[in-house]
Amino acid sequence: MCRRSSARVAASAAAFACALAVADLPWGAEAGARSTPSFGFGKPATAAQIRAWDIDVRPDGAGLPDGRGTVAQGQALYDVKCASCHGTFGESTDYMVLAGGVGTLGSDAPLRTTGSKLNYATTLFDYIRRAMPFAAPKSLSDDEVYALTAYVLNLNDILPADAALDRQSILQVKMPNRDGFTTAHGMMRRDGKPDTAEIACMADCVAQVRLSSEMPDYARDSHGNLAEQTRPLGVVEGVDTSRPAGLSAAPAGTRAAKTVRASLSPADLVKSLACTTCHSTTARVVGPAFRDVAQKYAGDASAESRLVAKIHEGGGGVWGATAMPPQPQVRDADARSIVQWILGGAR
Amino acid sequence: MAESDDMPEGARPATSVAASRRGFLRRAALLSGGAAATRYVHAANSASDDAPPGVPDWSRTLGAPILASPYGVPSRHEASVQRRQSPGLTRTPHSSVAFTPLQNLFGIITPSGLHFERHHAGVPDIDPERHRLLIHGLVRDPRVFTMEDITRYPSVSRIHFIECGANTGMEWGNVAVPTVQYTHGMLGCSEWTGVPLATLLDDVGIDRARARFVLAEGADGASLTRTVPIEMAQDDVLVVYGQNGEMLRPEQGYPLRLLVPGVQGVSSVKWLRRIKVGDAPWNTREESIHYTDLMPGGVSRQYTWIQEAKSVITSPSGGQVLLDRGYQAITGLAWSGRGRVRRVDVSTDGGRNWRTAQLQEPVLAKALTRFRIDWRWDGAPALLQSRVIDETGYVQPSIRALRAVRGSRSIYHNNAIQTWHVDPSGEVTNVQTL
Repeated sequence: MCRRSSARVAASAAAFACALAVADLPWGAEAGARSTPSFGFGKPATAAQIRAWDIDVRPDGAGLPDGRGTVAQGQALYDVKCASCHGTFGESTDYMVLAGGVGTLGSDAPLRTTGSKLNYATTLFDYIRRAMPFAAPKSLSDDEVYALTAYVLNLNDILPADAALDRQSILQVKMPNRDGFTTAHGMMRRDGKPDTAEIACMADCVAQVRLSSEMPDYARDSHGNLAEQTRPLGVVEGVDTSRPAGLSAAPAGTRAAKTVRASLSPADLVKSLACTTCHSTTARVVGPAFRDVAQKYAGDASAESRLVAKIHEGGGGVWGATAMPPQPQVRDADARSIVQWILGGAR
Repeated sequence: MAESDDMPEGARPATSVAASRRGFLRRAALLSGGAAATRYVHAANSASDDAPPGVPDWSRTLGAPILASPYGVPSRHEASVQRRQSPGLTRTPHSSVAFTPLQNLFGIITPSGLHFERHHAGVPDIDPERHRLLIHGLVRDPRVFTMEDITRYPSVSRIHFIECGANTGMEWGNVAVPTVQYTHGMLGCSEWTGVPLATLLDDVGIDRARARFVLAEGADGASLTRTVPIEMAQDDVLVVYGQNGEMLRPEQGYPLRLLVPGVQGVSSVKWLRRIKVGDAPWNTREESIHYTDLMPGGVSRQYTWIQEAKSVITSPSGGQVLLDRGYQAITGLAWSGRGRVRRVDVSTDGGRNWRTAQLQEPVLAKALTRFRIDWRWDGAPALLQSRVIDETGYVQPSIRALRAVRGSRSIYHNNAIQTWHVDPSGEVTNVQTL
């Protein structure tokens, strides 16, 4: 009981006292207070297992490994492993921009870069170690990660060219945006205070409604033809953005009949038409295998039209005593497609 | 009926249908000759004759057999309903996003194959037998779990939305994308099945006096990490392996992910491999350079976890055309990271006047809620808006109110009221009003 409530409302003073009381006990003594049974599934994690996966680094330095790397070493690595995406000077906007932008975050055109936005160099170390290079993450040694961190900081004029980083010196780095973050907002907690307080007015709420932004005509098909992006049934259809505005929509009330009919592949047709009840590709079932049919009529120019007719009208006596029933329901185009596929080896 | 006796046992029902059809054709042939009968049948196959008095093809033939698709796929006529990417938004498909086609969905559950994708280093192909979850840090018994271990724990199933913190992020300054798929499609809602994280934390024995946060880490190349406060970790956070009755899809974190209800999607770490209990937040890359909300003046809000209440009309919506005047059902989705949806209002005149919409049950906490309202379109221009009020009394803000506080450069957490403009031609477009 005490455990559960302390978990749910840790902020309340009573719950806090409760949590302290529990913590004073040896953990083994807690078992009697459990509201859920102890399952004990899983295996104890060994020190080696934890060490291998415990790669996170915090701003206070917790998690930083031993090791050392210089700006010069970092540059050599960077030019080989990083510059193709990030640019020679960390300037490429194709991927995360690494350098520049300091002082722009308060402007109308903020440039978010590693140099301008990041608050702690430890986070840069953490990220390179876990996720970079993009196509070969976790391939760098800790020395290499220190070196690359140093070089990226050097690209931002935060470290001089002769600098080196290790677990002590990285904590001395002060990023330009160290103080650029706040947790004074209502979105850290479920009961946090929102930053807007609108009133749900119901009638005559606005004197005049002004359109402040519309999609420009040139962007009409920027996301492809929207007619193909909405299900073509229901009370709405997708706008045909391959045509200019105004021409795209049928006048209201003149909905056109849709005649689009998708085609199945021959292999799917023989299944959907149940041909495969009696025929298979390689083995005789009731009727001959498709491959045997292909072999029999190889080089026979008239076979296609004769076999199409045979599908529609049925036949018998060629492959044995059992006659093939007529299949007049098969569309001409489908029958021709099936026959061509069979004669081609049913592949 | 002689032929049918030659058929394999399993084919009999089919054969007898074919036989009776043949019987019909023979009778027709007697009347008018075989060739004519064949033409008659074929003529009935054109699309315009599928409605009565015509009889469509699919009523005259066998359908596909069972197991034509052992796991099942949508009808081929549904090809327009797909996840899509927004051209030019990202440089590489391995760290990118594909949006949910909200304009084509019903109810509140997003089909697993249409739930939006967001990856930071591609989709890993994880063998569940080789996958491991490590829980360590401020715990009594650090432990390694197999999937077998995880699935032995008592499970729960809950319906929750996941919305990316950057959903609608392209629209802070002006309209930028044409349809609700791109404006609001980093949104999905599923029934998730898994183990409460609290159960696992209880089982490894966390140090309650010091534990304040947990770190969740993915097993993908990015090994993305996010900080989750201990209050949430011990409340309704789930370690999830099931989605909508099946195992998670690879792009949704197969075989194991975190699910932090009501919190921006990035916290629901996919391909979960590690939970570490700690006493301070981690300030990870996705909590500093990214997923922090840049305010006017240049300071960024950090750890903006909660997804505040938001709604959008999904039909009619941008990029669609109304085909007729008269009755239209306006329908859409509303949700709140702080709990249940209390009410949704809809305006057809740009926010001058509002009417309260019907909410479709179930109305669940931190889940999508479907709303609908009747509308009679008279052919005049219209501006459609929806506005949600959640159970805390919070009212979804206008873009004007939101910009007044946050400016237009923050990228994240744009939960402003969406406006769709209906042109007299019936064409619906994305607009903003002030």
